[in-house]
Amino acid sequence: MSGILNSSIGRKFAMALSALFLMIFLVMHVSINFTSVFSPELFNEMSHFMGTNPVVQGLMQPILIFGVIFHFVMGFILEAKNRASRQVSYAKNAASGNSSWVSRNMLLTGLVVLAFLGIHFYDFWVHEMTVKYIEGDMSGLIDPNNADSGFRYYEELREKFVSPVRVGFYAVAFVLLSLHLLHGFNSAFQSIGANNKYVKSLKGFSKVYSIGIPALFIFIAVYHHFAH
Amino acid sequence: MNLTLKIWRQKDANDKGKIVDYPVSGISPDMSFLEMLDVLNQELIEKGEEPVAFDHDCREGICGTCSLYINGRAHGPQTKITACQLHMRSFKDGDTIYIEPWRAKAFPVIKDLIVDRSSFDRIQQAGGFISVNTSGNTQDANAIPIEKENADKAFDAATCIGCGACVASCKNSSAMLFVSAKVSQFALLPQGRVEATDRVLNMVKQMDEEGFGNCTNTGACEVECPKGISLENIARMNREYLAASFKG
Repeated sequence: MSGILNSSIGRKFAMALSALFLMIFLVMHVSINFTSVFSPELFNEMSHFMGTNPVVQGLMQPILIFGVIFHFVMGFILEAKNRASRQVSYAKNAASGNSSWVSRNMLLTGLVVLAFLGIHFYDFWVHEMTVKYIEGDMSGLIDPNNADSGFRYYEELREKFVSPVRVGFYAVAFVLLSLHLLHGFNSAFQSIGANNKYVKSLKGFSKVYSIGIPALFIFIAVYHHFAH
Repeated sequence: MNLTLKIWRQKDANDKGKIVDYPVSGISPDMSFLEMLDVLNQELIEKGEEPVAFDHDCREGICGTCSLYINGRAHGPQTKITACQLHMRSFKDGDTIYIEPWRAKAFPVIKDLIVDRSSFDRIQQAGGFISVNTSGNTQDANAIPIEKENADKAFDAATCIGCGACVASCKNSSAMLFVSAKVSQFALLPQGRVEATDRVLNMVKQMDEEGFGNCTNTGACEVECPKGISLENIARMNREYLAASFKG
């Protein structure tokens, strides 16, 4: 058991577990976001719950942040080791004949997603942390001195999607996330040793997930941009 | 057929090496790829030049020696064959053909197109065997019933000829397909289960020490493998390794 993370298989196993965790988180995230399309009240209630519940804030949020950082750091470590394993490149390499573009460019698609996450954290997470833990406003209200002003989350969400540039970048990042997932979903199962008839039957679902989840995120952004 | 060959020439392991152009003419479409190289070498010898060094032995797709990266693909443009089984009818008159050695830190070039694949031997020595008493009273393996599905899968894994095309094709120079085939052929049989835990731990440890990269599941190895070794073997090795790690 000791030193499992020092082995190539152990590192891939850890990478896959963090990926599976993040894929489950994406489902939860898009589900909450989607409520903003048909019920601002429900979106506000869920956002307030997620933003103030001590279990979510004190336990789940740190685990999520660790999972995100671990996935990216381990990705860079694996890439560095892989590059070191071939010191002289081929003069001619026809890799497109034996593997898909997405499978060979997980670092590229991952870097775009990382850049998006930086902006996403700045837009929402840093703002939330500032309001709640620096300014000390845990009310979640538009006007903390007026209980009738209503929750601020829905209004803030719509405000973020006014800019067409931000919506455009948002859409591009989620297209890249979709490409990342198209390889990553099945790859995660292979890395944990699951390659059997049951997992193979998941291939159709993996495509639905990999295209559907990012498409929903894009739809929500575009919807609020035009509905504003 | 008239062709232009762009061949990697490297005097020895310490030489930097470079691609050198060689025009060849009068090549028959019925020649094998190695016979075409024989023609080139004959011409080079007659001109007093150093012939191109390349590995070959059985020339019938069994030994796995002919390690050539042809036009950007391991063993050339066809699938499920070795370079010696590739024929010149796969090319057109006037084509330019790149011929390079396997590229991997764990497969250093010895000369021209020949690489040192002894890292595979060391991985095999680390656990790719079963310990059998050969004192004369060895049990007949056929006396042990084995379910047909597992026997077939073990046989499929055992068809790996250790040519290294998986490493050469993988963008990470990963040896996972080779090692997983060797692990699987024993793990699927009762004779191999006895030493299964140590086998997978030791073989993976040796694989990592040799400097092969990490598998990122691109599937290039499976496509380029001349014997069609399945990615299912890598998943099986992952399971074997993780179970052995938690057990040990």
